[in-house]
Amino acid sequence: MGQATRNIANSFTTSGVITSSGVDNTSLNNITDLSLGGSLILLSTSTASSDATISITSGIDSTYDEYLFVFNNLHPATNDAVFQFQGSTNGGSSYGVNITSTAFRTFHNDAGSSNGLNYEGANDLAQSTNFQYLMEGIGSDAKEAGSGTLRLYNPSSTTFVKHFVSDTHFRQKSDATQRNLNAGYFNTTSAINAIQFKMSNGNTDSGTIQLFGVK
Amino acid sequence: MGARIRSLANNFSSTGKLLAGGMNNASLSGITALPSGASPGKMRLLSTQTASSSSSISFTSGIDSTYDIYKFEFINMHPATDGANFQFQCSTDGGSNYNTTVTSTYFQAFHFENDSATGLEYAAAKDLAQSTSFQNLFTGQGNDNDHTGTGELFLFDPSSTTFVKHFLSNNNSSDASDITINQIPAGYFNTTSAVNAVQFKFSSGNIDAGTIKLYGISTS
Repeated sequence: MGQATRNIANSFTTSGVITSSGVDNTSLNNITDLSLGGSLILLSTSTASSDATISITSGIDSTYDEYLFVFNNLHPATNDAVFQFQGSTNGGSSYGVNITSTAFRTFHNDAGSSNGLNYEGANDLAQSTNFQYLMEGIGSDAKEAGSGTLRLYNPSSTTFVKHFVSDTHFRQKSDATQRNLNAGYFNTTSAINAIQFKMSNGNTDSGTIQLFGVK
Repeated sequence: MGARIRSLANNFSSTGKLLAGGMNNASLSGITALPSGASPGKMRLLSTQTASSSSSISFTSGIDSTYDIYKFEFINMHPATDGANFQFQCSTDGGSNYNTTVTSTYFQAFHFENDSATGLEYAAAKDLAQSTSFQNLFTGQGNDNDHTGTGELFLFDPSSTTFVKHFLSNNNSSDASDITINQIPAGYFNTTSAVNAVQFKFSSGNIDAGTIKLYGISTS
């Protein structure tokens, strides 16, 4: 038995079952469809560390119909900051796509003296290239942060507008719980291929943004 | 060494590791279930249907007691008729009839592209009270070339024969009058029979284009 044949034989047990030394990650390179797998595919994780912006410039393409961003404990350097986002049609060279959107919120302060449900006219956009608010007025106390999700649908379409739906929650600067629901569309038929997040003033001190593709 | 053995040998590296050429999707086609210790994830894509001038899209398989929660995703649903309402109903007889009693709520936020009006409102005309009509998911959908509606619908424990069947939905649409509308229906199918099929359609005209995906979500 030649050396190559011996090496192959050594990759199998005496009963013919392939051993762990017989396969590695490269062995799976041709597996493109694991139908038994989960539907949320983690594409990237961005961890903030006193960052002025967080840009995701890869992974947003035609591979998935839906992309899910998950915000986990985004903590601003500056009190009363607004966490916001915009899209790019040129791979991140510029962020300024026309958006029309809605914004409403529920809130309740720690003291129990104030609560409400209202449309937030200052947080929506009408055919504007400004950044879209996701969480406004996040506190910068050590324990204060914001979390939530943003769904972006079919960003690579060159036929339709690009819808987004966001549901976030944060602790306000004035010691209140606030839930924001924002939705709308990038009013463009160009493909969106990058997204940038930032605080309106000051850095994002800490927190993570994960990007998932939804199969 | 015969040709088959030679081919086999070529799929291994000189150190005996299986190369990518030795395995492809077909190699795994015989695996239809993973052992309990190898969880594939709690959310699984069960089926995808793509509309092409379809009068309705029905899911008549895959909705059973396998999963606790079923989730539908609507991707760029485009109507043939301007201003049509995208709706759904459920069946307790495998899709022979879609007419289960619904009680629901419906609220929405809207904003005109020309910034002339905004609002957050309960939309009483879009809810149902013990009705067997189709439940609206997003309404007034424009049919301009770039107009679509998109969103998600969760259906909880449809196979229960004890409880009503709750649903939650959150959608965004580009209205026929150039308005973005975030439309949020919820409610329940007021039946203790198992729901085992779901149908989607526009209130008038066909579904020109769009994709609906069905996922199963396990909570255990």
